[in-house]
Amino acid sequence: MKLLNQPILEIKDLHAGVEGKKILQGVNLVIRPGEVHAIMGPNGSGKSTLAAILAGREGYDVTAGEVLYEGKDLLELDPEIRAREGVFLAFQYPVEIPGVNSTYFLKAALNEVRKHRGLTELDAVEFLALVKEKMKILALREDFLKRPVNEGFSGGEKKRNEIFQMAVLEPKLAVLDETDSGLDIDALRIVAEGVNKLKHADNAQLVITHYQRLLDYIIPDFVHVLADGRIARTGDRKLALELEEKGYDWLLKHELASA
Amino acid sequence: MSTATDTIDEFVQSDYKYGFVTDVESESAPPGLNEDIIRLISAKKNEPQFMLDWRLKAYRHWLTMKEPAWPQVKYPPVDFQATIYYSAPKQRGDAPKSLDEVDPKLLETYEKLGIPLRERGRLAGVAVDAVFDSVSVGTTFKAQLAEKGVLFCSFTEAVQEHPELVKKYLGTVVPHTDNFYAALNSAVFSDGSFCFIPKGVRCPMELSTYFRINAAKTGQFERTLIVAEEGSHVSYLEGCTAPMRDENQLHAAVVELTALDNAEIKYSTVQNWYPGDAEGRGGIYNFVTKRGLCKGRNSKISWTQVETGSAITWKYPSCILQGDNSVGEFYSVALTNHRQQADTGTKMVHIGKNTSSTIISKGISAGRGQNSYRGLVKIQKSAENARNFSQCDSMLIGSKCGAHTFPYIEVKNTTSRVEHEATTSKIGEDQIFYCNQRGLSTQDAVNMIVNGYCKEVFKQLPMEFAVEAQKLLGVSLEGSVG
Ligand SMILES: Nc1ncnc2c1ncn2[C@@H]1O[C@H](COP(=O)(O)OP(=O)(O)OP(=O)(O)O)[C@@H](O)[C@H]1O
Ligand SMILES: [Mg+2]
Repeated sequence: MKLLNQPILEIKDLHAGVEGKKILQGVNLVIRPGEVHAIMGPNGSGKSTLAAILAGREGYDVTAGEVLYEGKDLLELDPEIRAREGVFLAFQYPVEIPGVNSTYFLKAALNEVRKHRGLTELDAVEFLALVKEKMKILALREDFLKRPVNEGFSGGEKKRNEIFQMAVLEPKLAVLDETDSGLDIDALRIVAEGVNKLKHADNAQLVITHYQRLLDYIIPDFVHVLADGRIARTGDRKLALELEEKGYDWLLKHELASA
Repeated sequence: MSTATDTIDEFVQSDYKYGFVTDVESESAPPGLNEDIIRLISAKKNEPQFMLDWRLKAYRHWLTMKEPAWPQVKYPPVDFQATIYYSAPKQRGDAPKSLDEVDPKLLETYEKLGIPLRERGRLAGVAVDAVFDSVSVGTTFKAQLAEKGVLFCSFTEAVQEHPELVKKYLGTVVPHTDNFYAALNSAVFSDGSFCFIPKGVRCPMELSTYFRINAAKTGQFERTLIVAEEGSHVSYLEGCTAPMRDENQLHAAVVELTALDNAEIKYSTVQNWYPGDAEGRGGIYNFVTKRGLCKGRNSKISWTQVETGSAITWKYPSCILQGDNSVGEFYSVALTNHRQQADTGTKMVHIGKNTSSTIISKGISAGRGQNSYRGLVKIQKSAENARNFSQCDSMLIGSKCGAHTFPYIEVKNTTSRVEHEATTSKIGEDQIFYCNQRGLSTQDAVNMIVNGYCKEVFKQLPMEFAVEAQKLLGVSLEGSVG
């Protein structure tokens, strides 16, 4: 049952690790429809780990806490079901799938999502029409679609392709893991504007980044700092500016002192 | 268990309803092999004396030979005296006359195997014909092909109608002394296809034969002979299926191709013999000798194979590049799932000047499958400026399977160039997760990744068969990931 203004995502006291190594140690986060959240934090602080756990990658042990997605236990679902339910992860390092045509791949993916949502599958003609629309958002060249998934794409092209897939799949919760890294200045603007166009009142975005620069384009409602396995600080976009200026050391020392 | 097995199971059981066993029984020779059996086979086929003599010569030579032990496969010894060597094909009169008479369940099964029988054009009708009565599909097109001078018929018929051609070409590429199984085949082969493309003719359609082993305890020994005269062109495809049985069955075929000046033969195989069950019970022993002779200048022979079936595959489609500027190609996808074993590859023997060869081999091992690539590139002294490029890739799905590569290179001419590349990859968990994250199930992801990996080979197949091959691969991979 869907409650009014029910959060899209609720992370409660999440503890998780990999191969005995503790990475997340009590993460709490609530994301409501229409919100954009940014997560920042030092290298190795567990940002990608959090994204991976949300998407359902194998190999992580959740030792405590829970994650609710639209009120349902997210961690119980297989990764493909999460995706069909509307969880999308733009990967920090998108993999190449040699020989698999991008159009074919994306059409298969979209139709799985549509089937799950009780919609009819699109045929090739309908799909191409949709794709042409979405390509405009990302200012993509058409030859992208003819190439195998990510194969031989430059770093920046791979990132752009991630957001293009997001545009086609229309997720409810999009987790963008350092989508800005590797993008040149123009591409950054195009991608960020694309992300903004995809935002609406019913969906939400969780943007992982190291750079305040991205947040000039994608205006977050909240900025969180992940450190030592938990969210050390939450603020608005001014926090990002402050971090840019003073670095994480400042914040962490500060937190330590007030703890 | 695996749906691949279920599908074959289903398919076979519906086949039995048509009473194959009775028909076959009434025309089977007793098990075992001796000169009387060979005389019986020859007599049944009303063969001219030269054929009987050739068979007996082959048999006597076979008696002196030993089964090869070098392939990287393990299996209990074959009891050649327990095998039935002659089993007549079913009467044509019993075959369904049109698709309307075919059990819809069977059609459904075929749909799942990726062969939509109803919608497909002319070839579809042909394929059905082949499955039900084991008769060469060529018959259907005989008149039309004859207009162009193309001969396409069963081997039995060729011996009757064109004995001079058979006599001229039989055993010239694969002599009866060639190897253990080729010798056995020469002695006992019962049927197969014969194609002759006369000078300057481009064969107007794909020629296709579907082979099927139908009777129990029976070995199948077919022989295919294709001759392309000067400047001619032909594309030929063979498909194979077999009933599911608990005991292993022997299939030892010989295929001989000859291409004269400027002729081109494209030979494609989609091999889906029964692979045995998930525990390795039953399945076909597929011990096959396939060789093409590029006899003329500028001739070309291209082998494309998609091997998904058989318990054991032992097969090296090869090219003898005798004519100057001749070209040999080998494109292969070999999949072993469950307990299947494959030792397959090619031989490219460069004799003529400026000859070139390309080898693209894609091995896929899943379950407890064992997959070996074995290839020989031989550049003889006379082969000035010969070129070879080989690429042998292996993909592993899971951790209980194996991939092995045995490339042999012999170069006797210093002006030649031989390049060999090999890779082994494990199907990436990252790739599967990426697909999952976009909403695709793991099985669909594996199929997609494997098909992408095999693309270079599939694109060599005639279009409609490429689609079939892709789907077949999907069915064969079912149950390969947990
Ligand atoms: N499979 C793994 N095995 C061992 N350690 C791992 C594994 N995955 C992650 N880690 C460790 O967990 C920690 C968190 O990694 P994670 O990738 O989540 O960091 P991050 O915050 O995304 O860093 P970055 O900003 O560099 O992308 C790191 O110390 C990393 O080395
Ligand atoms: Mg990261």
